[in-house]
Amino acid sequence: MDKVLFGDNQFFAVNHASDEKARAQSIRFKEDTAIIKVIDQAITLGINTFMCTTHDRIGNLCNHIRENPENYRDFKIYPCMPYAHKYANAVTELGIMGTIKQYVPGNLFSTFAKGGFAFLSKDFIGLMELLIDAEMKMFKGINTPVIFIQNVLVDMILGLKMYDIFKEYDNYIRKKYNAEPGYITMNMPALLDALNGLGIENPIICSSINKIGFRMSGGIEIYEKYLKEKRFRPIAMQVLAAGALQPKEAIEYLSQFPKIESVLFGASSKAHIQETKDLIEQNLLQH
Amino acid sequence: MIKGAIIGLGKMGISHAAIVGAHPDVDMVAVCDTSSLVLDAFKKFSAVRTYNNYKELIEKETLDFVLVATPTRFHYPIAKFALEKGLHVFCEKPFSLTTAEGEELTDIAQNKFLVNQVGYHNHFIGTFREMKRLLKTGVLGELVHFVGEAYGPVVTKEKGGTWRSKPEEGGGCLYDYASHVINLIQEIIGRPVKTSGSQLKNIYSNGVEDAVYGTLHLQNGISGILSVNWSDETYRKMSTILTVQGKNGKIICDATEIKIFLKEESKKEGLDKGWTIKYITDFAIPVKYYLRGEEYSAQIDQFIDSIKNKKPVENNSFEEGLYTDKVIEMIINDYKKQ
Repeated sequence: MDKVLFGDNQFFAVNHASDEKARAQSIRFKEDTAIIKVIDQAITLGINTFMCTTHDRIGNLCNHIRENPENYRDFKIYPCMPYAHKYANAVTELGIMGTIKQYVPGNLFSTFAKGGFAFLSKDFIGLMELLIDAEMKMFKGINTPVIFIQNVLVDMILGLKMYDIFKEYDNYIRKKYNAEPGYITMNMPALLDALNGLGIENPIICSSINKIGFRMSGGIEIYEKYLKEKRFRPIAMQVLAAGALQPKEAIEYLSQFPKIESVLFGASSKAHIQETKDLIEQNLLQH
Repeated sequence: MIKGAIIGLGKMGISHAAIVGAHPDVDMVAVCDTSSLVLDAFKKFSAVRTYNNYKELIEKETLDFVLVATPTRFHYPIAKFALEKGLHVFCEKPFSLTTAEGEELTDIAQNKFLVNQVGYHNHFIGTFREMKRLLKTGVLGELVHFVGEAYGPVVTKEKGGTWRSKPEEGGGCLYDYASHVINLIQEIIGRPVKTSGSQLKNIYSNGVEDAVYGTLHLQNGISGILSVNWSDETYRKMSTILTVQGKNGKIICDATEIKIFLKEESKKEGLDKGWTIKYITDFAIPVKYYLRGEEYSAQIDQFIDSIKNKKPVENNSFEEGLYTDKVIEMIINDYKKQ
C-alpha cells in the first residue's frame, strides 16, 4: 500500500467537527468536475490511491477514469462499502425487507422465482455476495487492490459476535475480486482479536489513531500496545482528531509506530494536500 | 454478569444488540422479533437464543433486563409485561402512544424500584451536555428565546411505507424526529406547558406528517420555536440544532460543535467576550465499544451501571420520556383545534 491514501469525506459533506463546514463542502463539491479537479491535483502531487465510499457520485468519477485511461494509469481506488447512510435512511423508511428489495440488483423476488438465489433457504452469504457485487459494479475496469467494509458494518458484526461473516467476506473478496480485504473500525483491538480468532492473520485494519485518543474505543493505551506488539497492517485515519490537532504534531505522533503502513486523509486545497503528504512521507518509517 | 434480552430487531434493535453484546458486564442471552429472516441470521451466525414471542422469551429466560425496540405501539404491552415480572426496562423512544399508558408504566417501574430508561441518546452527546451545564451556570443571563431544530433525509420521495407511515402506530416526523428535539428542549432549557401555532405538514408521505413547526411555551416563562423536517435532503443525515438566546449572549449547539457568544467575558467559565467555538473532541464521552456514535454506547453504559449499583438513572427516565409524550399530545391537540 502507498503511504498516503487520499480520502473522500471532504467531497461528501462529512466533517466530524462541524456540520456547518460539512455543508459548505457540499456546496463547493456540487459538481463532479470539482471533485475530479481536486483528485487530479492530488495525482500531480504524487498521490495515486483514492480511498472512497461507494457513494452514487463515485460512479461518475469512475466513468471519467474509464474515459480518460491515459491520465489514470497508476491510479488505484480502495472502495469502502457500503455507503451506510443510504441503507440506514432506507431502513427507517422501508424496513429491513423493503431495503433489501430496493437495493438487491434486479427484482429480488423474480430472482428467487428463477431459483437463482435461495432466499427461502435464507442464504445470507449469497445475499451478502449479491450486495457486494452491486456495490462493486461501478468500479468495473478500475484497479481496486484493497476492498474495505465500512466501520458501521464491521463494528456491528463485531458487537453481534457474528464473526463468520468476516470469514465469508474475506474469502469472497480474495476469490471474486482477487483483492485484499480491508476492515475499517472504531474498535481496532477488539476487531484484531476477533479476526485472529478466525485464523485471519495480518489483516489490513483502518482505524482512528491520534494523539488525543479521539474515537479510539477502549482507550489510547490498548491501541498503542496493539500497534507496538501485534501483527497486522494498520492504516491510520482521523489522525487530526477532526481538526483538534495541528498536522505536524498529529503526524509526528504516528512515527513511533513503525508498523503503520499508510495514513488516510482528505483535503481540498493543493497546499493542504502537499503539506500533509510531505509530513506523512517524512514521518512514516515503513517501505 | 447481568443478563439481558433485546425485543424488536429493526435498525435500532440490531444496533442495541451489538452494543449490549459487546458490553463486558452483560450476557445477552436472547433476542426476539417476528421476522424469521432476522431471527435466522442470529441463529446462523450467533450464539444467542431466538424467540418470536416476547412473553415466551421473558418466561423461559432468567433475565435482569429487557431492551424494547419494537414499533412504538408495542412498547406498552411489552414493557408492562417485563416490569410486572420484575425486570429492568430500557425502552426506545418515543416512549408510548398515549400518556395514560406511559403513566402506568412509569408508576409500575417507580413502585417496584426497577431501573427504567428511554432511548433519547442526544443527552449522551458531549456538546449537548456542555450546553445544559452552561445554561445552569446562568452564563447567558435571563433567557429570552430558543429555537429547536432537526432536519434530515428520511422521506424524500412520494410513496407509502411501513408502520412509520401510520400515525396511529407512532410513525411520522413528530414521533420519530421531533420527539428528540422536544426532549432536548425540556431537559436542557425547560419543560413546555403549552403549545401554539402547531403545524403538521405532509410533504411526501401519505397519512403522516413530514414536518412539524410551532411555538413551545415553557414552565419558566420563555417561549421558542420548534422546526423539524425529515424530508430535507440538504442534510446528509439527521442534524439536531439547539439555539438559546439570553440577555448576555447566545449558544448554538449541535452534535459536533458548541458556539457561544457572550456580550461580556466569563472568567469563571474561561469564555471570551464574543464568539468561543468548542468541538465534540473536547466533550465526547469515552466508551469501550463504538457503533454509530459514543452516545449509543454511553446510554447503555448508564443503564447497566444503574442496574449494577441499584440506583435510578440520571438521564432519560421513563418520567422524562413520558413528559415528551405529553408535549407531543399537546402539539397534536393544538393542531387539531385549528
